[in-house]
Amino acid sequence: MSAISPPLALIVELTHRCPLHCVYCSNPRELKHRADELSTDMWARVFGEAAKAGVLQADFTGGEPLARPDLVDLIRAARVAGLYVSLITSGLPLDEARLDAILEAGLDHIQLSFQGAREEIAREISGTKSHAHKLRVLEWLKKRRVALTLNFVIHRENIEQLEEMLAIGESSSAGRIEFANVQYYGWGFANRERLLPTRAQLDRSVKFLEGAQQRLRGKMSVEFVVPDYYAKYPKACMGGWGRKLLLISPDGEALPCHAARMIPGLRFDNVKERSVLDIWENSEAFRKFRGEGWMPEPCKSCDRREQDFGGCRCQAFLITGDAAATDPVCSLAPERAKVDAVLAAVNGRGADSVASAEWVYRPNPAS
Amino acid sequence: MTLELDSRPCLAVGCRLNERDGQARMLLMPERALRLVGPSLEIVERCDGRRTVRQIISELQAIYSKAEPEKVEQDILGYLALLQDKRALDFVSGAAATENDGKG
Repeated sequence: MSAISPPLALIVELTHRCPLHCVYCSNPRELKHRADELSTDMWARVFGEAAKAGVLQADFTGGEPLARPDLVDLIRAARVAGLYVSLITSGLPLDEARLDAILEAGLDHIQLSFQGAREEIAREISGTKSHAHKLRVLEWLKKRRVALTLNFVIHRENIEQLEEMLAIGESSSAGRIEFANVQYYGWGFANRERLLPTRAQLDRSVKFLEGAQQRLRGKMSVEFVVPDYYAKYPKACMGGWGRKLLLISPDGEALPCHAARMIPGLRFDNVKERSVLDIWENSEAFRKFRGEGWMPEPCKSCDRREQDFGGCRCQAFLITGDAAATDPVCSLAPERAKVDAVLAAVNGRGADSVASAEWVYRPNPAS
Repeated sequence: MTLELDSRPCLAVGCRLNERDGQARMLLMPERALRLVGPSLEIVERCDGRRTVRQIISELQAIYSKAEPEKVEQDILGYLALLQDKRALDFVSGAAATENDGKG
């Protein structure tokens, strides 16, 4: 029996190709090309190894998983391996026949992402015209039997539309609706000053969503993630480094989180060369921040270290330059002042000038 | 929200027991997995859209005959309410269930 508890979920980044160009995309700034993507058979092997290692759920994501022509085969392969399969998608490109094929292959759950409640904001954020199509996809899903989550990514430019977003959710067949504030890595970090909501916006949104949670209890689960820049303590990023989740990138590299590639000096292993279990237990990148050995003060002696695991390593690196620092969003972190300075710019007199900055759009990788 | 004793709970769409042998039984659902042990597994296995809440209670009272029947009932109602809160249960109403039984 191994001392390391098994991974619970596999984040399957099937491709970095995507018809949308969202300004907060969680993909790395360096996108993988189509030619580097794992084959259908290779993925099937990975699903089998992951299930054997203890993984229960596979979250198919990207880029846009629908960009893979073999998506139906991949879903079937993951189900055959015994995994619970979720599809995290923008709904593009999709028609009803393909949706039926995907459901027949055994998909357990769809998470459909939205960029706002209206076409204009969705187009500005994603650089594509896609909102009307997503609403059509919702109508198709109503006629079919599948678990559905709607995911709205929230930021300063769309946080005033929560009521309309919730109405879209309530008129759909969704059992869950997520209002997830942008997290500030990669593309989101590049656009941070325009995306961070003001404190007044955030307070209003929390009040509204708490009311919605109460009203819809038992009917639809309403979940929200506030921007951790405004929090007192950091989030338990990924449920702790190398503790629950394992991400496989389109080319087969195994990462402890979406953004880990930005941390200098980390060496990642590839599922083409090592098994999933071997990587989970022994890969240098997974061991680097697993457990408490790496922790500095104030984390090392903090009562909350088993709740938040020191917060997010990528955020620590982005803001302080040291991946082993306490997450600077923590009110106890020595470098919290750097986060406060960003909040001051967003909430203070300079707010108008930061809001007029140009968007940095995520491109499509060359094929 | 109240649980009707004559309603027939079944697992909601997107919720299912894992199929793998030799592993702990888990209730899999969107973004979550619940480990099922002892009574929780016995309850979930009976949420089949045919048994009423009342039947589930009496079956478990028979299994746990040494426990106070009222305590067993309260525990079951509490656990079903928790599953309902997590959106893991649907309820088939009495009349609809009879209709389905007729066809099946």
